[in-house]
Amino acid sequence: MTDVTTETALSPETRVPTERGMPPRRGVTDALDVVVRSIGPVVLALAAGAILLLALGRDPIAFYSNVWKGGIQLTAWQDSAMRAAPLLLIAAGLTVVFRANIWNLGYNGQFLLGAALVSGLGPSLVGDTARWTALVVLFLVAGAAGAAWTLVPALLKARYETNEIITTLMMSFIGVGIANILIKGPFQDTSVNIPQTRVLPLDKMLPAIPGTRIHVGVLVAVAAVLIVHFVLTRTSFGLRLQVLGANPRAARHMGVKVPRLIVMSFLVSGLLIGMAAATDILGIWGYVRANWNPAYGDTVIPFVFLARLNALAVVPFVAFYAVLSTGGDLATQQANLPTDFLLVLVALILLFMTVIEYLGRRRSLGASYLTPGLEQALRHSRRRRKTSR
Amino acid sequence: MSELLTRTFLTAVISGGLLAGIPLMFTALGETISERAGVLNIGLEGMMLVGAYVGFVGAYYSDSFWLGFLAGIGGGALASVFMVVLCVRLGLDQIVVGIAITLAGEGITSVLQDAQFGKSYPRLGAPSTLAIPGLSSIPVVGKSLFEQPLIVYLGIAAVALTSWVFRKTNAGLNLRAAGEKPEALDAAGVSVLATRSYAALCTGALAGLGGAYLSIVGAGTFTPFMTQGQGFMAIVIAMLARGKPLWVVCGSFLFGISLSIATALQLAGINVSTDVVNMLPFLAIMVALVAFARRSYLAPALAIPYVRGAR
Repeated sequence: MTDVTTETALSPETRVPTERGMPPRRGVTDALDVVVRSIGPVVLALAAGAILLLALGRDPIAFYSNVWKGGIQLTAWQDSAMRAAPLLLIAAGLTVVFRANIWNLGYNGQFLLGAALVSGLGPSLVGDTARWTALVVLFLVAGAAGAAWTLVPALLKARYETNEIITTLMMSFIGVGIANILIKGPFQDTSVNIPQTRVLPLDKMLPAIPGTRIHVGVLVAVAAVLIVHFVLTRTSFGLRLQVLGANPRAARHMGVKVPRLIVMSFLVSGLLIGMAAATDILGIWGYVRANWNPAYGDTVIPFVFLARLNALAVVPFVAFYAVLSTGGDLATQQANLPTDFLLVLVALILLFMTVIEYLGRRRSLGASYLTPGLEQALRHSRRRRKTSR
Repeated sequence: MSELLTRTFLTAVISGGLLAGIPLMFTALGETISERAGVLNIGLEGMMLVGAYVGFVGAYYSDSFWLGFLAGIGGGALASVFMVVLCVRLGLDQIVVGIAITLAGEGITSVLQDAQFGKSYPRLGAPSTLAIPGLSSIPVVGKSLFEQPLIVYLGIAAVALTSWVFRKTNAGLNLRAAGEKPEALDAAGVSVLATRSYAALCTGALAGLGGAYLSIVGAGTFTPFMTQGQGFMAIVIAMLARGKPLWVVCGSFLFGISLSIATALQLAGINVSTDVVNMLPFLAIMVALVAFARRSYLAPALAIPYVRGAR
């Protein structure tokens, strides 16, 4: 059986999809299939959300039109675009590791550490150095912090195969704690009663794209997504990642240095998540308050899967969620609901996604966000895991 | 003076550790059961919140703690039905569905709490405690250790029972086989899906009970997001306990003490930031993992859906 495993992972069937990042199209039915499986869950979730709103005695039409009003109309779309920036970077970071079948669930710690460092070091740095130098340095600092925070789980997994779900979660809790300690300690603005960092002067933050209020961090995020997509689909690094994710044994047979690849993918993921924090702080907030935790990663994960681990396909989904959450602030406020109602919508999207996956391919073993060849290979790798211990 | 100080300090540490540790214990025990059966439950956080909310509402309207706990168990089990249907029966990705359950639990309980109570947070009274005669009169630690609500003793009994079931009964053997080698269990004529379904339901019920304890006994009220990552802590505890219920108890109380030690230290006049203290258990475990590189034991078939005849 192991021979079969190796063959499957290396067969052309596997490589074709990696070039596309999506299953090879075979006409209208396949395109329709993709549309149904991607858009379907979103539509169903919005419909189910409407029923929920009715049950709660709210007017769903007013709710959704408020989402439109607060998220798109007039200049509201610019707010949505800015909200999308950190989400896109996190989504790109998660796509990289998830493709390698590595679960980096420590995104909250990585994000907050980056945010704390940027907002703590930012005010003094932008005062001393030229604006662009300072901004670039802050981006790198945040990225390095995020990457550094994945290092321990990465090394433990690479060397001892320690389960990364545990280690990243624990590192996340530690990271959130350290971020709070930094904000309440060395980085605290002593002139304010609430524990928070000093506020960056507005003219030192990320500049706006001319003609809009949108900060350039959005461009950074889009560029990062494009680069990640290119690397994942057009380079040997991307291919190796995908083979590693599908079948570690096949990757070893291919001559891939698996431990190094694990560490690399973790570092890239942490780097992108840390940079997400930099865009958010330098673009929108300008400071961090203690115990602030937007938990962007939690809400991004569904869309990473909906996009079938395709970095480019994540963009429309994240754009949709950015509109939903920006407009949702207005809509939930008008409907007198807590903003947490949006979490219900996201959860519904996830549930409908999994159900549609099931209806679509009954035997896909729940992994059909993978490309067909990989799914085949993964199925073998699962068998291997079962038999080899 | 200093003796008084240590006494208040010790009492606060022990009772606080128990108070914070019991919900963790219930939840981690549940996770142990389903992990042994090969179901990874990332949705514990959501199940705890549902249990906490439903349990609190039950206790609030029925004026009975026991009905509250029962309602919590029911709520948690209801949340885990999604897990059973989608992951065990249909074989969908357990991590994705788990995250969905967590998000849904957080959102739904927050919305319902808001719809029902608005910005007011009604409180329950203190539960009656049961003192174990003799033991509870031990100086210093006796009162804080051995004068607890009945549910705490029942929880300890449940751990012992689970441990016994795992080791000595056919049901326990089936459960472990479902996680170790489901094909073998299937070949022996026992349904893997049924075994895993019961395990996942137990997990939901126990997580719901843990949540209900948190809201009914621990806080006396329900606030949105009140679990604050305890569901994830429970996962960590269960994985580090390597499927051994008795280790679950030790791990839970270690985490419980570290959750409550900041308050105790403040009582003793020492001001340590809660952030530092809350980090300590995670830090300790990471150091242990790095130093000893000990693999946490996981069932080989964990998170792999079982499909009959699939290869």
